[in-house]
Amino acid sequence: MNTMNMLDKTLDTNTTKIAARDVNVYYGETHAIKNVNVEIATNTVTAFIGPSGCGKSTFLRCINRMNDTIDVCRVTGDILLDGEDIYDKRVDPVQLRAKVGMVFQKPNPFPKSIYDNVAYGPRIHGLSKNKSEMDEIVEKSLRRAAIWEEVKDRLDAPGTGLSGGQQQRLCIARAIATEPEVLLMDEPCSALDPIATAQVEELIDELRANYSVVIVTHSMQQAARVSQKTAFFHLGNLVEFGATGQIFTNPEDPRTESYITGRIG
Amino acid sequence: MPLFWLVVVLLALTALGFWFGRRRALASVQGNPRHLHSLPIYYGANVAMSIAIPALLTLVIWLLAQPLVIENRVSATIPQDLLPENTSIGLVMSDVRRLAEGLDQAVEQNVMTTAETLALDASTTDVRELLGTVGVALGSEVRPEVLSAAQSYRQLSSTGSTAMAVVCLVLALAGFGLSARHTNKEFRARNVVERGVLALLILAASLAILTTVGIVLSMLFETVNFFGLHAWTDFFFGSTWAPNFRGDSELSMLPLLWGTLYISAIALLVAVPVGLFAAIYLSEYAGPAVRSLAKPLLEILAGIPTIVYGLFALLTVGPLLLNLFGQGENGILGLNWMTGATSVLTAGVVMGIMLIPFVSSLSDDIINAVPQSLRDGSLGLGATRSETIRQVVLPAALPGIVGAILLAASRAIGETMIVVMGAGAIAKFSANPFESMTTITTRVVSQLTGDTDFASPETLVAFALGLSLFVLTLGLNVLALYIVRKYREQYD
Ligand SMILES: Nc1ncnc2c1ncn2[C@@H]1O[C@H](COP(=O)(O)OP(=O)(O)O)[C@@H](O)[C@H]1O
Ligand SMILES: [Mg+2]
Repeated sequence: MNTMNMLDKTLDTNTTKIAARDVNVYYGETHAIKNVNVEIATNTVTAFIGPSGCGKSTFLRCINRMNDTIDVCRVTGDILLDGEDIYDKRVDPVQLRAKVGMVFQKPNPFPKSIYDNVAYGPRIHGLSKNKSEMDEIVEKSLRRAAIWEEVKDRLDAPGTGLSGGQQQRLCIARAIATEPEVLLMDEPCSALDPIATAQVEELIDELRANYSVVIVTHSMQQAARVSQKTAFFHLGNLVEFGATGQIFTNPEDPRTESYITGRIG
Repeated sequence: MPLFWLVVVLLALTALGFWFGRRRALASVQGNPRHLHSLPIYYGANVAMSIAIPALLTLVIWLLAQPLVIENRVSATIPQDLLPENTSIGLVMSDVRRLAEGLDQAVEQNVMTTAETLALDASTTDVRELLGTVGVALGSEVRPEVLSAAQSYRQLSSTGSTAMAVVCLVLALAGFGLSARHTNKEFRARNVVERGVLALLILAASLAILTTVGIVLSMLFETVNFFGLHAWTDFFFGSTWAPNFRGDSELSMLPLLWGTLYISAIALLVAVPVGLFAAIYLSEYAGPAVRSLAKPLLEILAGIPTIVYGLFALLTVGPLLLNLFGQGENGILGLNWMTGATSVLTAGVVMGIMLIPFVSSLSDDIINAVPQSLRDGSLGLGATRSETIRQVVLPAALPGIVGAILLAASRAIGETMIVVMGAGAIAKFSANPFESMTTITTRVVSQLTGDTDFASPETLVAFALGLSLFVLTLGLNVLALYIVRKYREQYD
């Protein structure tokens, strides 16, 4: 792990939240992820970049076992969350997903009110004793997702009626309402306009204070703006992993350099 | 010229026109299709269309109109005062038609020549016996005025048919000539064919709408007749259904409506939970192997004719319920609630079974239309599969499912055979599901079958019932479609 030596000084204090060891993922015959080893630290934004189809989403979905919902998908290797293997038989994937929240590429608010969207997770997991506690959770989550001011007067309006950027922030609020420890985001800005993107990026930077965030992005500028660490995937391999500044200014692998300078699409 | 050959000739002309138009178009550019405005087949199609459409359209209209015109002209020749007591001009005309058909048969079987049929005289020949020999049985002796009417009927028909053949052929040839003249490289055949296709589609659409309008109007007409003979207050607000062909009937829709709604409600009580759960299993849990087996099986169930379900009600479900709730086979449960195999419950349960595939396949489509991203969102928050289904998938699919249930309800309300065989024939208000009851549809059938006089309220009530049923199911369908459509807008 020679890349570990090049961490920013500020990150040295952060402990490892997630560690992947020799992870392989197969979709039937397709070998989508090949021997990936990676460590994701607390209070850090880690970006996964790489050409489309290289397995970024697949790997991200391994971290909260969303791949379990795909019949043909098979995962080998270990992924440790706080030192415990999440693919161990004793781990309940449903419980795991409450701890490792996920935000998807396309905003997917439920066809319910804004309030019920945010309260969905806490209700399922019984996080509040009464209505006023729930109100508090909802307000706190919406505030953290930087959308409270925009929706506080219409919490009963359907979440599907919001604009794209607002919907995505609502989905982030929904994800953080269950108080996860890790937040996975799969291209959260790809369906948004530049202004909404800027808002979400700003939000991601704030979320770093409480969570470790993993973000998949196809925009290298975005990776450079929001992340402290970057992982570059290519054809299912993790080619290079290191401090974002390092990857963008002085990549070690020629493939990384080609991608960053625009030669691999 | 017989109709068959006329059509064959028209079609042959059409084919010839196609070939000719195509050739002529190519000839106009010395065989190089690049210089044509349209592809060569469009020129052919244009000529074919110009031949076939006017001629065939005229043919159809002529065939529809000719009998009406002839009927009118012939019935005018029958003197009113010669009509016997108790018959209408309509009955005499049906004698005339039958006699004319008989004479046609006689000519066809070479029993007599066309000239001989014209020379027939009812006072000298026994026409009835003569036609008996060619296999046409007449109800009574032939009166001279009927015979002469039949003779002029035949003559008018044959003149009409000849005229029709001539007009159609002339139209076809004119279309051929005109369109062939147009066929050159500048002619925009493709655009003309496009308009032809549009006209064809509009014709099909308006036929569908016109028949619906026609059905409704004919029902409406007879219903108005009914309300002329019977008090509408009794029909809508009375409490008894007691048709009596000697007159003096009580004809209230309400007991029948009650039976209809009661049986339909039981059917939905069976079909909705089972169908919905089956749909949820198939769309959310079943693997591809189960799905590929179970879906076609359910669809086969949907294709079984309802008479078969009726037999099932009569032979299996009815006796089974009687064993459970009555004294059949000395009563398994020791109850005595049910005395006969036909009951509201029997018909309702079997109708419910019939509706299961209907509900499940509609709901399955609707549940599948809920975007996967919503399921992912819910699972990603740590919800289990059934929590996801209950709290996200079903609420999102609810409007569509309600629509499906309403469509199922309108099928239940319109169902006849299962009720005839499973529910009995007694019209009454009762909340006991073990009693026989009857529905609107079965009464429509029973009022119209058998020897009935089409001018009595006991018969005409069938049309009023039919129209009420139509309005009821139409309302349900409109509501269902409205709900389904509103739901569609959400995810487009
Ligand atoms: N559900 C699936 N079934 C089969 N193959 C899949 C599935 N999802 C992804 N793949 C395959 O796995 C590879 C990686 O896909 P993905 O992780 O979506 O890439 P990325 O997110 O980097 O664009 C691709 O080759 C893709 O075709
Ligand atoms: Mg992806």
